[in-house]
Amino acid sequence: MDAFLHQALSGLATGSIYASLALALVMIYQATHLVNFSQGEMAMFSTYIAWFLIQVGCPYWVAFLGTIAVSFVLGGAIQHIIIGRFQDASILSVVVVFVGLLAIFNSLAGWLFSYSIKAFPSPFPKEMGNTYMSAHELGAIGVMLAVLSLLVVFFRYTPLGLAMRAAAQNPTSSRLVGIRVDWMLALGWGLAGAIGSVAGMMIAPVVFLDPNMMSGVLLYAFAAALLGGIDNPVGAVLGGLLVGVLENLLGAYVIGNELKLTVALAIIVGVLVVRPAGLLGSIHVSRV
Amino acid sequence: MVRTEGSVTLDGRRIDGLATEDIVRKGVAHVPEGRGTFANLTVEENLRLGAYTRRDNAEVQADFERVYSYFPRLKERRGQQAGTLSGGEQQMLSISRALMLRPQLLLLDEPSFGLSPIVVLEIFTIMQRINESDRITILLVEQNASMALDLADSAYLLESGRVVLGGSSNEMKKDDTVRRVYLGY
Repeated sequence: MDAFLHQALSGLATGSIYASLALALVMIYQATHLVNFSQGEMAMFSTYIAWFLIQVGCPYWVAFLGTIAVSFVLGGAIQHIIIGRFQDASILSVVVVFVGLLAIFNSLAGWLFSYSIKAFPSPFPKEMGNTYMSAHELGAIGVMLAVLSLLVVFFRYTPLGLAMRAAAQNPTSSRLVGIRVDWMLALGWGLAGAIGSVAGMMIAPVVFLDPNMMSGVLLYAFAAALLGGIDNPVGAVLGGLLVGVLENLLGAYVIGNELKLTVALAIIVGVLVVRPAGLLGSIHVSRV
Repeated sequence: MVRTEGSVTLDGRRIDGLATEDIVRKGVAHVPEGRGTFANLTVEENLRLGAYTRRDNAEVQADFERVYSYFPRLKERRGQQAGTLSGGEQQMLSISRALMLRPQLLLLDEPSFGLSPIVVLEIFTIMQRINESDRITILLVEQNASMALDLADSAYLLESGRVVLGGSSNEMKKDDTVRRVYLGY
């Protein structure tokens, strides 16, 4: 029983990291109705920025906040400079751009920081842990919940959050009430970049830092976002936690560790077949 | 490509070529044909977006009450998703959202389109109040000539994009062609 509980709880911890990356996917999906395939590599690149800041002597939390800020600007700049040019292009062209960004960030990280695996510190003191969960696992869950709360408050209670939701839904009408839609899109990308960087800094102490560290994580994050509902931040977190626990339990007791990634694929296919809107995703009703 | 010429001025300043959101910020509110409400947001959120560019919060609050008094049905449905409203209610919401901007000029594109006569009458009555007591200039494009002429001070008749007749509404009503073709008597 103890072992089972341990597996489930540590699944919750990895799940919270999937949840963070899923949140980043939801940000861009909400703003542009596109799924950003380069989200994982952007997060990985951000983590290298954090690593670099720590190397040059910044205290962890300074590096943490600095990385979030840089990633926010980087995300907004990618939308403004690159993706914005493709707003009239077909979806396939944008997907190709995403794949291109993925390759660019991957190679850029390898070129700048080398492909050798690096250790990345966890900011949480060992004493925080208990028999079931390590300090870092608990900390990662806490950080993710904090990010989620901030987002919910932002979207539900601030005028800017409302304007972002409006711009995502109906750009034409948004312009008619004076919203600068391009800025809202850049803001969505900025938020995605910032949240992704948090996910990267939380996963790096577990999987170690290397340019390919996000490939598996991104797949789980896709599964999480789909399972929870790709347009709903709370759903994305719920999906992330579920995927993390399922993955861990199935890996430990049913299919073995080698086949774990299949769980993500099975979830993606299963959700799309059974309930495409996801658990909490909205099914839109309209009357004409 | 449609060939365009001439200019558009507001208070003597040219506004053609400006971005939509900048024209809005100069006080021009547009109620588009097809209403353009935010279907998945609530009635209240739609109205709040109408006041997005304003920073005078107390006044905005007063304007909420004002538009709710024009259209009490919107107040009843303030928490409902706009997409679930009837066509007439959506048109009311669209006009109310435009009013939340406190515009100098309100552009209305076929507000009677697809609505029942009784709802059209309700909306036109409110538009008269908006025009007279709130002193907001209205530019109305409308196929329902008799209602439009009753509401307007001056009118223009367009045929295939060309102004063929213009003048005060009373003169227009007396014009033989307008009477026969558009008013039907």
